[in-house]
Amino acid sequence: MYTVPLPRIGTDVAWRDAAKRLIGAGVSPEDILWDFDNEMGELFATATALPPVTRRIKAPQSFVQMADWVVWHKDPQRFARLYALLWRLRHQPGLMQDRADPELAKLRHMEKGVHRCKHKMKAFVRFRDLRQGGDRRSFAAWFEPTHHTVEPTAPFFARRFADMDWMIATPDVTAQFVDGNLSFHPGQPKPDLPEDAAEALWGTYFCNIFNPARLKVSAMTSEMPKKYWKNLPEAQHIQGLIAGAEAKVQQMRDNAPTLPPERAAKIKRQLRDE
Amino acid sequence: MAKLDLSQKLAILSDAARYDASCASSGTTRRDSRDGKGLGSTEGSGICHAYAPDGRCISLLKILMTNFCIYDCAYCINRVSSNVQRARFSVDEVVQLTIEFYRRNYIEGLFLSSGIIQSPDKTMEDMLRIAKRLREVENFRGYIHLKSIPDAAPELIEQAGLYADRLSINVELPTDNSVKAYAPEKNPVTIRKAMGDVKSRKDVAGERSYTGKRGKRFVPAGQSTQMIVGADGSTDATILGQSTRLYGDYKLKRVYYSAFSPIPDATAKLPLIKPPLVREHRLYQADWLMRFYGFGVEEITASRTDGNLDLDIDPKLAWALQNRAQFPVDVNKAGKEMLLRIPGFGTRTVRRILSTRRHRRLRYDDLLRMGASLKKAQAFITAADWSPGGLTDSANLRARFAPPPEQLSLF
Repeated sequence: MYTVPLPRIGTDVAWRDAAKRLIGAGVSPEDILWDFDNEMGELFATATALPPVTRRIKAPQSFVQMADWVVWHKDPQRFARLYALLWRLRHQPGLMQDRADPELAKLRHMEKGVHRCKHKMKAFVRFRDLRQGGDRRSFAAWFEPTHHTVEPTAPFFARRFADMDWMIATPDVTAQFVDGNLSFHPGQPKPDLPEDAAEALWGTYFCNIFNPARLKVSAMTSEMPKKYWKNLPEAQHIQGLIAGAEAKVQQMRDNAPTLPPERAAKIKRQLRDE
Repeated sequence: MAKLDLSQKLAILSDAARYDASCASSGTTRRDSRDGKGLGSTEGSGICHAYAPDGRCISLLKILMTNFCIYDCAYCINRVSSNVQRARFSVDEVVQLTIEFYRRNYIEGLFLSSGIIQSPDKTMEDMLRIAKRLREVENFRGYIHLKSIPDAAPELIEQAGLYADRLSINVELPTDNSVKAYAPEKNPVTIRKAMGDVKSRKDVAGERSYTGKRGKRFVPAGQSTQMIVGADGSTDATILGQSTRLYGDYKLKRVYYSAFSPIPDATAKLPLIKPPLVREHRLYQADWLMRFYGFGVEEITASRTDGNLDLDIDPKLAWALQNRAQFPVDVNKAGKEMLLRIPGFGTRTVRRILSTRRHRRLRYDDLLRMGASLKKAQAFITAADWSPGGLTDSANLRARFAPPPEQLSLF
């Protein structure tokens, strides 16, 4: 029996390395316990040294790519499920093309969940200006991801916001980008971030780009689920916009057509004469 | 008039911009700012940073430079004869708003449009100054969508294409006669010429010269346009016919359909209606069928005699019900073209079927796991353990999908 400790930061590399050694040594799935971030506690702390790399087993590229996503899922079974599929792949090389295999379908589903979580993180992180002075501007955000997606998503922010320093704090892992260097730290409670005047302008934009004649609340919540609202400054306006929409449209309908402003006739004349 | 502050201007000029449906930020070149000398990135797929309660994605800061306008288009909130409050951003204000919003991760970039002030050239020049400042002074590498001003000089449009990821110009209404009737100062011929110019300029930029070098990137995310639905009497067949020409002749990336929606201070010429949202939705579905599923416009609009799409059921299902002789289709044997025509099968399901089929015969449950909507598909397919029997030809098949008729109430 092998108990494999997997760290919260660097999970992907640790799992891949362990899986390579175990599959190479022919260790079957039932003989492995995957221990993420010491969650099993002392009870199972019988760390057996992993077998050395003796034999390299080839896994399809599509499996490796899928595993790189699935390891970040919050399901405690993710490592065991991945390894079980890897185990089957030894004798079923075409398995990755079978989109209807229940085990693969489950993993693909988990992969999609991580994909979505990553995408939502790229979309919904909201930075606040820390106004610290100095050469580089400095921003920070608090975010609550569904899966362990800070680490795989942080490079996106590094590519995008390379000329400023930033921090994304989460209860899971905190990412920091200072002077062009990205680092990861343990998660933390929500920090006190300074107020940012830009949030009021952003709220103004949010309220005015909304078209009250096209109210479709479910279309909004399916893409921007309520669980994200508490960390989105614009979300505080949603209830009011929904409540006032009907009246606003009715007012547009009730208003009698007005006479054109005086300048209209003049401008029209000029246009015609050109 | 009291001087407006930035927040008031933003309110007026985003309110004025919300009738443009497009907010896409996808499909441009990959860029980033890893070198530390600029701000922003684009990585292929767009990002919707928020959703408004109208269900629309907010990806870009979509604003007008100014809502002063010398034109008098009946459907437009900004027409010269409207009493809506007017405002104008300075170059600096637009640049600062874009950069500050971007740094806080609110947006992917800027979608800048404008009312026509003084002349089309003058308006386009002012918009170019904003785009140029963003790219050359702020080193902004995010997404820029510029609305080209009809009748602006070709060299201005050409410059715009070097700064912008996407250019768009709205055809506004489905037929030339409607444009003449409701947008008297706009000329459909010039609008098409502007689209043609952008297309040929983009074609040239994509070719390699004799040295093997490519020209400067020109509107890498292509061009798009928008048609207002429900303001004039055009049928869906007319609208989709126009789209087919636009996709074919000008290689447009997208045609947007915008249900005519109540505006403040409307004109008596165009009474306000409830926006035809279901119709708009069916048009998008039909548009998808033409672009990704191999359907022709005639096939899609043949199911009804009045040239409009069936509002109760989606256009693919409507087509299948009309062409039942071609069903049921064997999912283990049929070719890709026919699989794509099965209601409830999307392009992804079809891809999965084709890949799995190489290894084994597919059963009903397999299709479920692949993401097919079998509620729709089951009447039109056979699988290893499934045959629809008489379902395909049953008289009440349509009724299974269409919403129940509305109950009449006594009054």
